[in-house]
Amino acid sequence: MELQHVNVKLFLENSRPIDLEPLVQVFHGWIQAQGWDELLLDVADYRHVPAGPGVIVIGLEANYSVDNTGNRLGVRYNRKAAVEGSNQDRLKQATIAALKACRRFESDPRLDSKFRFNGRDIEIFVNDRMLAPNTSATREAFQPELTEFLAKLFAGGEYSLSFEEEPRNLFGVTVTSARVFSVDELLKNLAS
Amino acid sequence: MKTSNPLWRDRLIGKMPEALARELDIFEAEVNLRKMGKLDERVFMETRLRRGAYGQRYDNGERHDGKKVQKMAYPRPELTKGPNTLWDAPGMQRIKIPGGGLNAAQLETLADLAEEYSDGIAHITTRQDVQLHYVHIEDTPTIMRRLAAVNITTREACGNSVRNVTTCPYAGVCQDEVFDVTPYTKALSRFLLGHPDTQNFGRKFKPALSGCSQHACALVNLHDLGLIATTRTENGVEKRGFAVYVGGGLGAVPYQAKLLDPFVPLEEILPLAQAISRVFARLGEKKNRNRARMKFLVQDLGIEKFRELVLEERKALEPDPRWTDYIKGAELDREEPLRPAGKLSERGSPEFQQWFKTNVRPQKQEGYVVATVTLPLGDITSRQLRALADIARRFTKETVRTTVEQNFVIRWVSESDLPELYEALRVAGLGAPGSGTIVDIVSCPGTDTCKLGISSSRGLAAELRKRLAEKSFQMDEAVKNLHIKISGCFNSCGQHHLADLGFYGVSRKMAGLAVPHFQVVLGGEWEHNAGSYGLPVAAVPSKNIPQVVTRLTERYVADRQNGESFKDFIKRIGKAEIKRLLEDLTRPPVDQRDRSFFSDWGDPREYTLDDMGVGECAGEVISSSDFDLAAAERQLFEAQVALENGEIEKAGRTAYQSMLSAAKALVKTEFESVPDDPDRIVSEFRKRFYDTQKFFDPYVGGKFAQYLFSAHEKAKQPYTEDSARFLIDEAQLFIDASHNYSNRAESLIAG
Repeated sequence: MELQHVNVKLFLENSRPIDLEPLVQVFHGWIQAQGWDELLLDVADYRHVPAGPGVIVIGLEANYSVDNTGNRLGVRYNRKAAVEGSNQDRLKQATIAALKACRRFESDPRLDSKFRFNGRDIEIFVNDRMLAPNTSATREAFQPELTEFLAKLFAGGEYSLSFEEEPRNLFGVTVTSARVFSVDELLKNLAS
Repeated sequence: MKTSNPLWRDRLIGKMPEALARELDIFEAEVNLRKMGKLDERVFMETRLRRGAYGQRYDNGERHDGKKVQKMAYPRPELTKGPNTLWDAPGMQRIKIPGGGLNAAQLETLADLAEEYSDGIAHITTRQDVQLHYVHIEDTPTIMRRLAAVNITTREACGNSVRNVTTCPYAGVCQDEVFDVTPYTKALSRFLLGHPDTQNFGRKFKPALSGCSQHACALVNLHDLGLIATTRTENGVEKRGFAVYVGGGLGAVPYQAKLLDPFVPLEEILPLAQAISRVFARLGEKKNRNRARMKFLVQDLGIEKFRELVLEERKALEPDPRWTDYIKGAELDREEPLRPAGKLSERGSPEFQQWFKTNVRPQKQEGYVVATVTLPLGDITSRQLRALADIARRFTKETVRTTVEQNFVIRWVSESDLPELYEALRVAGLGAPGSGTIVDIVSCPGTDTCKLGISSSRGLAAELRKRLAEKSFQMDEAVKNLHIKISGCFNSCGQHHLADLGFYGVSRKMAGLAVPHFQVVLGGEWEHNAGSYGLPVAAVPSKNIPQVVTRLTERYVADRQNGESFKDFIKRIGKAEIKRLLEDLTRPPVDQRDRSFFSDWGDPREYTLDDMGVGECAGEVISSSDFDLAAAERQLFEAQVALENGEIEKAGRTAYQSMLSAAKALVKTEFESVPDDPDRIVSEFRKRFYDTQKFFDPYVGGKFAQYLFSAHEKAKQPYTEDSARFLIDEAQLFIDASHNYSNRAESLIAG
């Protein structure tokens, strides 16, 4: 199977309620700076929607957001444009993009260290029902790719998987690492 | 942009009528031809518009990022999908939902499309459509195929065509309707879609049907074609039909529809709609887009002449079996309940009671209710749409509709199921109370995504909603039931004219800086199918609008007499008093170090940063044209007061004078000693600002200047109440446009 439109969501520490309002300014700043490989276009603010997509910076090739789907806040990378290469390349590309976005949040003084990766939980999903319908067949086909990728991401560390069970939702899996990783550690693992 | 697009065509073969599949193949071919540069961009633009694929803000490839206008580095800047509209820039896909009716499979498809091609949100519009934003043009054929497979079309959702046929969402279950208009909505929608007589309009054409005249649900009075259910007794037999209205419309200057015929039998509505379409296609304005809506044709011809032409056209039509077949077919398609009727047996939690009070309405069928799903700003997520589909299947035979207040209603709910239904909605984040109350604010997309937006209507709506929801428990009942509607510009997509408290976006200059403002529009009537339109009272900086709402509502509670409506209260205390009440809110803050005042709600970018020199800000440089334009606004206010007092002639003359004053203010910037002679002012204005196109609005061109020329031409004619009212609206828009020109001109000088 060919994976495209890979999404990665890094769940945030949720020890205290997080106000998404400062993100609006941060995302506008990202557009001003255009310091990414991707073209960033606009900001969409859905803070008013319960368990919604949160605040999004809309890009041409991909969107970045702090997403609250399922009432779980996370830094989400939504790849829209096709990515050349193998499925491993595509998983790596999306995960690195999400991690780099998370690193920016963690270091942005305007966000007061509130947007921090929880170190364990990552959701990987495919935003295309034609390429990856949420079926057991997709799961079987995807599992070897996932195993190979997670071995690299967690440097051989243990993890557990929880696949999305609602067949109408996008095909996806939440991966929980047995130990806590920092964003930099995960980036380093993928770079090696 | 989706790599799977080619696969969908094969997957969906046989899942839609062959003719429709062919149409979509043709559209896809046109997309590819345009991509290869083999189809003219203007032709392609109209093609995609007629398929509901619309432009979106910043699609010209430029965006003010808060510091400067930034060129966006699209990969194919030479490739366009219309004049000045870049191929790679995301756009909006509008999806027609006749009468707002949706079944569970359709809700699920919308959920999938919002997730895969948009930003995870489906937006319900003020005309019962659904919109997806940030959509790539190359994905639109697949989106359309996936919709077609569940019997939804986007055809003629935009462009110069018959738009979505809207209908009261309570049709068929309303306790005081004359009869259920749902079948006639379906028949009219089916008949006019793609009809050869509707393909040559100069502008869009919006129909609406209502089951009664007293409620607001279908807003018939603001439509090009409006049908209100009625009956007539003939030879002792009650016969059903429609009162037919034509020529209503909002837009910059709102028009109330005129009665064409008090009773049209059911079997005559389709041929009559066809005859009206033919008259509009034949005689409606084609060149000047700003005068091309049917309201202008009806106004120019007069309703008697228009009626005569329609009846002539009707006589000339060849009989068409669809006139009755479509009606009979639709009449057979009746909604039914899933579960037996019941009674509510428990009081439930305080949250349930609160929701029950505002969001549940009894049906005429005993034991059944309509439950409203209140959506914040008309937005719903993909997962919520799936939850709604589940709820529709579990409690009803999938009888869900969108509303013009940007919500959903679930019809045919057994009253005894309400606690369970509420719990299911609550879990899905869809159980918010407040339907139809002051917190249920209607807003167009405004500067968030619309190319025409001037101020952030959604940003303001979100802020007001948050503040009002916090206070709603202790709010006076009279205030709770008010309506707030917000448009990002004068084009009225947020239907601000109909609200108790309406706002539309304008910009003004303060202390040398452009500041987002909203015109406060008061005195509109939502009931009686949009019974009357409000008038602008004052332009107030966006950041002060919450205080406007607080002051007006507090004053209403304090001074309300004998249960009078807000509209009557506004009329009684008068515009002069309201202006006095809001006067200080129209001024900039004393301490201008707080720059948030110079940005809009939900958008931290400074409104026009090019103007933001510190020296200018501190120095309060006010140009003479600013003073002159302020004087023009004062004159216009006098005109409004005169109209309110019934001094029609004075109102018209003063409104005209205010336009002259604004025109003179601009002329003086180039010709200091322009004499105070109307002919000379208008001719100088024409020469310096119209012929040179300097005054032209980026999107509507010379429309506002034409208001001045028309007012000048008619200056010696007596004014009627209608003409004075229209002129006041036009004068306001001309003055707004003069402010905009003045801001643009100063930006250029500063930049």
